[in-house]
Amino acid sequence: MIDFRKDIFSDERDDNLNEIGKPTQRQDMLGHVTGRTKYFDDHLVANPLHLKAVRSPHHHARIRSIDTSAAERLPGVRCILRGGDVPVNINTLLSLLQFGIDDEPSLAVDKVRYVGEPVAAIIAESEPEALAAVSRVRVEYEPLPAVFDVEEALGSGAPEVNPAYPGNAFIYHEKYNHQRLRFGDVAQGFSIADHVLEERYQMSPIEHAPTETNGCVAAPENDGRYICYTCTQALFFSLDTAAKILDVPSNKLHFVGGTVGGGFGGKVDTLTEPLAVLGAMKTGRAVRYVFNRQEEMQVGSPRGAERIYIKDGVMNDGRIVARQMRVYIDAGAYTRLSSYAGHKCTAHLPGPYTIPHVHTDVYCVYTNRTPSTAMRGFGVTGVDFALEVQMDKLARLLGMDPIEFRLLNAYRDGDMKAHRREAKNCALIECCQVAAEKTNWPIREAFKQMSSRKSGGAQRVESLANPSSILSNTPQASQPLAEEKLAMGAAPSTTQRAAGSALHATVVPSPHTETSRANAVTANDGVGSARFSSIFGKRRR
Amino acid sequence: MVTTPIQFTLNGVTKSLMCEASASLLDVLRNDLGDTTPKYGCGQGTCGACTVLIDGQPILSCIFLAGRVDARSVETLAGVHDGPNLHPLQVAFMEHFAAQCGFCTPGMILAAKALLEKNAYPNREEVIDAISGNICRCTGYEPIVDAIMSVAERRGSPGDRG
Repeated sequence: MIDFRKDIFSDERDDNLNEIGKPTQRQDMLGHVTGRTKYFDDHLVANPLHLKAVRSPHHHARIRSIDTSAAERLPGVRCILRGGDVPVNINTLLSLLQFGIDDEPSLAVDKVRYVGEPVAAIIAESEPEALAAVSRVRVEYEPLPAVFDVEEALGSGAPEVNPAYPGNAFIYHEKYNHQRLRFGDVAQGFSIADHVLEERYQMSPIEHAPTETNGCVAAPENDGRYICYTCTQALFFSLDTAAKILDVPSNKLHFVGGTVGGGFGGKVDTLTEPLAVLGAMKTGRAVRYVFNRQEEMQVGSPRGAERIYIKDGVMNDGRIVARQMRVYIDAGAYTRLSSYAGHKCTAHLPGPYTIPHVHTDVYCVYTNRTPSTAMRGFGVTGVDFALEVQMDKLARLLGMDPIEFRLLNAYRDGDMKAHRREAKNCALIECCQVAAEKTNWPIREAFKQMSSRKSGGAQRVESLANPSSILSNTPQASQPLAEEKLAMGAAPSTTQRAAGSALHATVVPSPHTETSRANAVTANDGVGSARFSSIFGKRRR
Repeated sequence: MVTTPIQFTLNGVTKSLMCEASASLLDVLRNDLGDTTPKYGCGQGTCGACTVLIDGQPILSCIFLAGRVDARSVETLAGVHDGPNLHPLQVAFMEHFAAQCGFCTPGMILAAKALLEKNAYPNREEVIDAISGNICRCTGYEPIVDAIMSVAERRGSPGDRG
């Protein structure tokens, strides 16, 4: 049952709309319930060949030799592909947008960098015959040291994972091995804070596990083109990626897709199409390349795990005055979409809260894990887990209600964000208020009266930053609403500086060479210890 | 390669063919008979996307040898509708938004159909149990259970005629 709260922001909205705000039927629902929906493997393709890949059993190894002679002799084998057969055997998805360096081979040639990396492809009359031939390919590997931890990978002496990025970090703007956000002066913020809380959060890689595995079927068409029925979520990305790897004009390819048996971000990397189309080119026949479930789980890209350090300075009355963060995104062996995750992450920090001093560094790091990619808010949702758990811990530290604590610190329209954009169309306050109402979570009247559209702007932000100001119109943190809420968490402790410092001491040293002018993502002017008023917005747009 | 003749009914129509001894029913349905409604999800009998009904029982066709279907009756989603009319389960799935990507839907509808033909008035736990062998990665299952319950409820209680 959807509850539309049309009372909220009602003056900003025109409600005489025909479709918005009403449930409507999916255009593919009839196909789903009748079975008429055609997924990539449901199209009628005459007598296809089947492609299965020879895959690395090592996390990191040099390839000394590949011997396919025994495989070639097996019945049913029609074609064997090696790296040298791929016209352009190095690519990265976002090179289509000039973002990143080509770094990933379709078939490995000199080294393998993650377990499951494809080294050769067998194309045979049936899948069992292809798999039999795969098992007869002899690859001689020389195992190399591997690295699986993001901070270790950035440390000196770590094995080089990806030759396009010798420091094991993606390079932004051709120069910087991380993305940074600078606003105010966190050292000053920490020096005036009543409490400092420093924590470390760790996500796991998460496999999308769609019910339909990754795959495609490619075939020569009647007009000299190649058709490819594909599971991809990103039809034009996949078409252009295949065109680039195969070194053919885009109009040589006819990609049919958009019907995905579960994607969630795991079907954007064009993992099967280039080799299937290449197989169709070489054999003159249809070629089907489908991950089995084991390949889907091991080789299919997961959500990149993030390691997140948050150090916050907070006042007794509930204001967060400083937030310093380091985020490491585990890209695995190749870039895919993780570079973009770092970009999105930086844009998302420090969360939907007005904080006068912000300092964040976000790294996209290479390790010998399965290359990771997009998944449902990649770069943002995992970081939100860390941010919101941190908010709860801060509230507990102060003896404050966690919802009221968020309402206090939430963006209002007109506040200057750390990205030097004015916040507008904020709604965190209203979301918190409705959530509290629906769950019968009591919050005090003053917090129920708060609004995203009231009291934002330069004055509020200056008072947030001022160590001696007491926030007017808000009850003090020292009077929690209900005793039972304090009982839910630990008794508020004072600073956790000691633990935090120990963590801080083990952190990776600054791995980049810095230019004197910082490069915050959206900054127009320099950062540093400029006076608050000039940062926060005596400026008007 | 050893082949064996099989003859069975598929959605009421007799089919005869030679199939390889090691072929799964899923392979035969999809590749030899052109019925692509049962899906490959795992090949290990764990996800339920390949569910078909054999003599009314839900069976995982990816791990069922095609040769064993001789002389039996097989039903897939392709045979569930009644001519141009949808089956009540299909209508209910639409009304309750019980599909998103749709890949698990053939298996889900057949599992539900098998349940309702054995037990016309299941409770919610029985519905959940009946679909417990079918993985859905999209809907969170609640809309599917609601859809199936609504078909049972629409029939009325055992005492009614309506």
